[in-house]
Amino acid sequence: MDELLHIGPQHYLILAAMLFALGAAGVVLRRNALIVLMSIELMLNAVNLTFLAFSRFPLAPPPPGGRIEDLLHGHAAVFFVIAVAAAEAAVGLAIVIAVFRSRVSINVDEFDSLKL
Amino acid sequence: MAETILFYLFAVGVLGAGAQVVLRRNPIHGALALVASFFFLAGIYVLLSAHLIAILQVMVYAGAVMVLFVFVIMLLNLKDEELGQTRITLWKGAGVLAILGAVGVSARAALTTVYSGPVTDLAVREASRGFGGVKAVGRALYLDSLLPFEVTSLLLLVAIVGAVVVAKGKI
Repeated sequence: MDELLHIGPQHYLILAAMLFALGAAGVVLRRNALIVLMSIELMLNAVNLTFLAFSRFPLAPPPPGGRIEDLLHGHAAVFFVIAVAAAEAAVGLAIVIAVFRSRVSINVDEFDSLKL
Repeated sequence: MAETILFYLFAVGVLGAGAQVVLRRNPIHGALALVASFFFLAGIYVLLSAHLIAILQVMVYAGAVMVLFVFVIMLLNLKDEELGQTRITLWKGAGVLAILGAVGVSARAALTTVYSGPVTDLAVREASRGFGGVKAVGRALYLDSLLPFEVTSLLLLVAIVGAVVVAKGKI
């Protein structure tokens, strides 16, 4: 019971694992290309949560009194992930629009031109 | 104690809204659930003492990226029959719950040995030095990862040009 009530790093990491599984399930199960893209965003957010959890609770405790920015590289990584996710969403949605123009569908099962 | 209550509140919100994203048939419902999920996740980030990232999460994800998604959903204007047939949501919900439970249990089993000693909480230890604040994260970005930061601006530029080229059709 104490384990449940006292929030530690494990709680955040388990939540991140569950969120990632949810996103992966969405990518695999759904046929709507927009929902697939949204599920990818869920997975990226799960990774961000892992970065921040390890940033707050490091596995090897750094000695006190060092540079504060040495403790915040996880936050910097999350910043880059957010920027890459924004770029990915822009390009992904542009591809969805371009495919919708030519095939009038966003069902990913119908995008099989490269299938032998 | 407040952290416990808030954590479980936000965690249930994140997973509940995330499940809506995966299970809802209508993409606009999924997009709005995703916005809710991002807001709850921003709350989790505040609990992790990542104040700047929490604000960025709300502004960039819940703001800019989701506006893009909603805009494209409205632009495509899919008819009801183009969304595919409704499947049994009870079974899908049970499946998602089973996946979440299995992943949670296995992650917990995997994590039992990771943090064996006493846990260092940097958010408490370094709170006086602004852990997770704008100044400290800005120093980490501009002093230690300046090159990746500048490359990110290039990436965003390429993404803008690429999105226009792909979506425009004829130039």
